Amino acid sequence: MSESAIQSLEVPVRRRFSLDNRYIAPLFISFILLVGHLFYGILESYERTALAIVCAIVTELVLGRIFYGKWLNLASAYITGISVGILLRSPAFWPFALASVLSIMSKYVLRVKGRHLWNPSNFGICVLLFMAPEAVASLSVQWGNFWPPLVVIWLLGSIIIYRAKRFHISATYVVSFFAFAVLRSLITGDAFLAEVAPITGPMYQLFVFFMITDPKTTVQSKKWQCAVVFLVAFVEMLLRLNQVVNAPLYALFLVGPTAMLIEMLSHKEAQKSQNPI
Amino acid sequence: MSGRTLARVVLVIVFISLLAVPLVMRRLAVRRAQLNNAAGETAALRRYGFHLDEVSNAAGINFKHQAPTLDHQLDHIMPQVASMGAAVSVVDFNRDGWADLYVTNSGEGSKNALFKNNADGSFTDVAAEMGIADLNQPGTGVSMGSVWGDYDNDGYEDLFLYKWGKPELFHNDGGQKFSRVTEKAGLPPWVNANTAVWFDYDRDGRLDLFLGGYYAEDVDLWHLRNTKMMPESFEYAQNGGRKYLFHNLGDGSFEEVSQKAGIDSRRWALAANIADLRGTGNQDLFIANDYGISELYFNDGKQFREVGKQTGVGFAPKSGMNASVGDILNQGKYSIYVSNISEEGVLIQGNNLWVPREGTSGDQIVYDNMASAMDVEIGGWSFGAQFGDLNNDGRLDLYLVNGYVSADRNQNYWYDFSKIAGGNSTIISDAAHWPAMDGRSLSGYQQKKVWLNDGAGKFVDVAQAVGASDVFDGRSVALVDLWNRGALDVVVANQRGPLLVYKNTVTPENKWIGFELEGAASNRSAIGAEVRLFWDGHQQVQQVSGGGGFCSQNQRRLHFGLGNNPHVEKAEIHWPSGKIETIEKPAVGQVYKITESV
Repeated sequence: MSESAIQSLEVPVRRRFSLDNRYIAPLFISFILLVGHLFYGILESYERTALAIVCAIVTELVLGRIFYGKWLNLASAYITGISVGILLRSPAFWPFALASVLSIMSKYVLRVKGRHLWNPSNFGICVLLFMAPEAVASLSVQWGNFWPPLVVIWLLGSIIIYRAKRFHISATYVVSFFAFAVLRSLITGDAFLAEVAPITGPMYQLFVFFMITDPKTTVQSKKWQCAVVFLVAFVEMLLRLNQVVNAPLYALFLVGPTAMLIEMLSHKEAQKSQNPI
Repeated sequence: MSGRTLARVVLVIVFISLLAVPLVMRRLAVRRAQLNNAAGETAALRRYGFHLDEVSNAAGINFKHQAPTLDHQLDHIMPQVASMGAAVSVVDFNRDGWADLYVTNSGEGSKNALFKNNADGSFTDVAAEMGIADLNQPGTGVSMGSVWGDYDNDGYEDLFLYKWGKPELFHNDGGQKFSRVTEKAGLPPWVNANTAVWFDYDRDGRLDLFLGGYYAEDVDLWHLRNTKMMPESFEYAQNGGRKYLFHNLGDGSFEEVSQKAGIDSRRWALAANIADLRGTGNQDLFIANDYGISELYFNDGKQFREVGKQTGVGFAPKSGMNASVGDILNQGKYSIYVSNISEEGVLIQGNNLWVPREGTSGDQIVYDNMASAMDVEIGGWSFGAQFGDLNNDGRLDLYLVNGYVSADRNQNYWYDFSKIAGGNSTIISDAAHWPAMDGRSLSGYQQKKVWLNDGAGKFVDVAQAVGASDVFDGRSVALVDLWNRGALDVVVANQRGPLLVYKNTVTPENKWIGFELEGAASNRSAIGAEVRLFWDGHQQVQQVSGGGGFCSQNQRRLHFGLGNNPHVEKAEIHWPSGKIETIEKPAVGQVYKITESV
């Protein structure tokens, strides 16, 4: 899930609220989670989500202290932890701890030119889904199939992302998803609505609004941000045609870091051409 | 090397090590499973105290379940819609002291079977001559399961057959014939039911009947008005069938009192069971619902209260498909086992084992899901399960069957299933939107679970080691001592598959005791009666079943394993009438036949 809201809301909204606005996004997400749980029981227990959050925070504290010599702000780690707690489903406890720790560690280990490549929670969740399918699954049906939660998450997500100036990313992805749903329907012969069905589940909105918009792990230019999420949707379509259940998560896992690397390389080339030896 | 660099090297090593954790855990689990299941018959007997042999053919039981063919608008997903109906219940219909089996079929025009126990190791299907075979005629729906109870207290067990269609009641005429008494009983014309339980909810000495609808009762699956008959949500659906509580009026007729009694639900019921969970003497009602939360109704005598959330069992929605009760910790308290769906990497709901929380009781009882802690959580696409002491060691074990649609081994429907299942209600509820199955499997060919209770808070799966090696699509499982040997045999009804009879060989060192109860002031079937057995510091409670698990009913006889060289202190019999009788120092290795004193 994205730290975008924290980062980008920081300057404009800070003037309007006395609350430190870095915490608006985490609070919103916590609110959604709480309401979802109270009304729909989306979490089998609070303990697993709490474990994911605690593990993410502790890991961030320790690694931040070791590598930066200071106690880091924990909003980002909290979002990673709560993302793991929401998006990962397992009756066991250990996957939540492991995914959270791996997510945070990936920021410190998998770095190029001082930037981490993977969205942290996307990394941790994908690793668990790929390597421990017998123990975990991703969030799928647990948020119900009704309009109210869908509308709530659309509205909240849109507000947060719009203020964070990253709505174009989500919008591009959604349009691409629908276009590719048409294509998939033509290819597979399945009903168009069957192909659209995944995105109508409330859980999918978390992916659309919060995960693919992470400023730390998206390219910088607006145009390329749109191109990258279009590619995410495209790769997702390829995976879906191959009947990969966790297609969107894996698509982001594959495309996101690749785009980041390409951007870094192209910057390097540009710098070289500007400063010929 | 600077401190920062060293820290980074350590970090990378730790990171890689953590990445390997899932692989290591998986390998350990596989190794543990291999160790547990690496045994032949002799080794299984020595190591686990029992062994199962599938003997249906030798016993003269050749029954293969046929699935229905529903409305052609469902052709593209027929295997997953027409996925239930294989069921088995145990009855001694002719009171000869030998347990018989009633098995349902679900193909249009197919025949149900009543396998009469010939007392010589063989069985004969007598359903046709008894008048309870030809019950799946087009236009009447098809059978889903049956429960037996002596509703008129004449000493012979009567048959209630629930269907996706017209429910039927048959009176047992002295073990010689069955008479159809459906109209006289006042049963509704059509219910798409998958569960029913006999119990005397008001303790008036007459058996009442709970019936749980799955699809809504106005849906005729052979003549659909439209295809919007699927659940509106995968975990929050409330567009299923209504519930019925038929109060026995004592003259052969029943009054439907569910609303009046406080049972009002349209969740998709798949399994129900009854037990006196609070020690009130009243039978509480537990319902495991597909596509949603379970429901628990406390019975206050004539009124029911839904307390699922309050007690902890009705909060997290899953795909409930089984409800069995058993005193797994030998503490004199019932735990409840609910089966759900687990499929690697797609949907890991995990099964639920609801164990009463220490220090809670009565109306304040709270349950914790201990399935994970006790290792009975992951069972594939789980269906029926039953508690029973399979090795007579004094602890209740758990037999679970599973597998949804076994078709093409190399093609899997799970992707399409998960794609639609998470969609909005307007999409998921319309069968027309569901992708075609095209012969693909959906959690097919799954290995069964025989979870052995180690007495220390864990269950160990020994299915392969003890001989439960089939991979049919199991639905209903019943435990019964078919050959009166003091061992619980296992009977499994498989969807589109054979009826399997696993004959149990138990190590003779482990002793047992049985109780066959007959009510007098209480209902004559003694359904709901409990025996509390005290031996060697243990206390185990069991109750006479009016139906449970998934579409099944165990033998009415209560079977207690006792372990090696037991000293039985006493057996307390708690009758539904409220009467308590005690047998001091009962002898082991025999069945006590006890009639309630008036």
